[in-house]
Amino acid sequence: MSADLAIETHHLGRIYTIRNRRERRIRKEIVALQDVNLEVPRGELFGLLGPNGAGKTTLIKILTTLLAPTTGWARVAGYDVVREPQKIRPRINMVSGGETSGYGLLTVRENLWMFAQFYGLPSREANRRIEDLLRRIGLADRIHTKSSDLSTGLRQKMNIVRGFLTDPEILFLDEPTLGLDVNAARDVRQFIREWMDAHPDRTVLLTTHYMVEADELCDRVAIISQGRVLACDSPEALKRRLRREALFDIEITAPNGLTAAALEALPGVRKAVLSDADGGALLKLVLAEDSALPGVIGVLTERAVRVRHLTKREPTLEDVFVELVGRPLAEEEGRDEP
Amino acid sequence: MSRNVYSSASFRERWAAAWRSFRVATWLGWQIESNWTDPFLFAVYSMVKPLASAAILVVMYGVITNGQFQHPIFPYIYLGNAFYIYVGAVMTGVSWAVIDDREHYRTLKYIYVAPIRIPAYWLGRGVARFLTGSFAVLITLAAGVLFLHVPFHPARVNWPLFLLSLTLGVVMLALMGLVLASISLMIAHHFFLIGEAVAGALYLLSGAIFPLEVLPPWLRPLGFAMPITYWLELIRRSLLGDVARGFPTLSGFTNGQLLGILAGLSVLFGLMAAVAFRLCDRQAREKGLIDQTTNY
Repeated sequence: MSADLAIETHHLGRIYTIRNRRERRIRKEIVALQDVNLEVPRGELFGLLGPNGAGKTTLIKILTTLLAPTTGWARVAGYDVVREPQKIRPRINMVSGGETSGYGLLTVRENLWMFAQFYGLPSREANRRIEDLLRRIGLADRIHTKSSDLSTGLRQKMNIVRGFLTDPEILFLDEPTLGLDVNAARDVRQFIREWMDAHPDRTVLLTTHYMVEADELCDRVAIISQGRVLACDSPEALKRRLRREALFDIEITAPNGLTAAALEALPGVRKAVLSDADGGALLKLVLAEDSALPGVIGVLTERAVRVRHLTKREPTLEDVFVELVGRPLAEEEGRDEP
Repeated sequence: MSRNVYSSASFRERWAAAWRSFRVATWLGWQIESNWTDPFLFAVYSMVKPLASAAILVVMYGVITNGQFQHPIFPYIYLGNAFYIYVGAVMTGVSWAVIDDREHYRTLKYIYVAPIRIPAYWLGRGVARFLTGSFAVLITLAAGVLFLHVPFHPARVNWPLFLLSLTLGVVMLALMGLVLASISLMIAHHFFLIGEAVAGALYLLSGAIFPLEVLPPWLRPLGFAMPITYWLELIRRSLLGDVARGFPTLSGFTNGQLLGILAGLSVLFGLMAAVAFRLCDRQAREKGLIDQTTNY
């Protein structure tokens, strides 16, 4: 284990077993994580990108000592998550998005002050940090509001401040912008980036299923699907993989029985994804080179499918995801994560 | 040498974390207990609830005995019932923190991830219930003395025995609460019933309102194994000065013997609490139960 690594996992896996209550037999096994190998150096903002149910939250639970793995091991700040949780906890903090946790009877200040006390922060320093962080995240005017009176978005902002308040060596952010409106999500992303800039020795592990968020924030991104890490690199490097290829978005009329598989059988077509769009369909193509396009247009013409609009574009993380998983992220959503 | 220094620092850190956890949890518990309504309503509720509970017992006793409130068994029952308030308050007050944080406030995982000592945190959460419970006991006692002629003469009270028994008993109840809290970590379904069920069962088994001799022979050993049985006897003896003839169960024991048994059983429950926490904590982490909510 290198001293420069904030997080390290080795063949990490987690299987949830569901037992039949009456017969005490194992009814079902759900593989939430399998063979995850990650190394996150100190000072990195590392992203886990994947759909709901991909295993992101399970991984965070293991790394924050809330859940034991069933195979492999994980170290956080150099300590084993199973055997040394008490050494890890003073060094970390976590925030989960999309929930309304907190003591509703307490004000925003009281909620935050209380958690600061758990971490041994002197009261005066805690209050100074609370005021500073609330001002930076745009919640200063609600400092004396009972948290039960806050909207879901504002409550989430309060929880984000709770995570940063203790100035953790390693911070785990599980979908921090889930459920926030566009402006609030942008504020939160900017807040995270500014904090990382001001604390270059700190590490953040962030999970998200928003491509833009991963692209905008993360130094490196691991793409995760069905419990497996499929790729891990910087967003630029991941996109560069596809830059040798030509990417087209084609808006078409009704596909008339045309399938993505039929298009992928054409020479030079690496990947084709068809999805419904207003009054027609959207065809996303990954071609080996531009010269493969006439073949696709020919097939569309044969099927009496008209082209409404055609765009050649730069690759995005969504394209990388499609390339790796075979389906867009939206199609992967809906799997229940235990 | 360096190992000793490290061990000593580690020990100090653990105690510092435990004290911090207890202190902040006490503050939190009091905020939750006292802020759910306005102070006037809180005061009224705090007085009415114990008096209503006592009134049920008094009416039942009155009907069954044709109003023999002067009989020496009445203060024995009344005091047993009054001090039993502590059982519900302290024991379920400690264990309820698990359920409250996990299901209601959804904060258990954040509490768990924080560098605190979880058992000390749970004990701290129970302090507020101990304080409100103490108020309820005082109200019930005052009502008994003023309106029902429960014989209470401050000069005749064995105060050292009373204070020692009370302290030992509260510690014992808190340790029993820790055992329950650890079990609550493991149970996602029907958790609301645990505290109530245990407190209810102990009400029957600990001689609070009738002697253990009334129980079927096969149930009596359970009553003798419960430290609450000895605690209630000590409290009654220290306040009333003698043993009621209607409660012969422990009449053969001296006060010192009862204190010894209570202390021994408290230590036993302390050990059980430590083992239960280690086991349940490990199991809960293995099964992913720490932040599991039922939305019941």
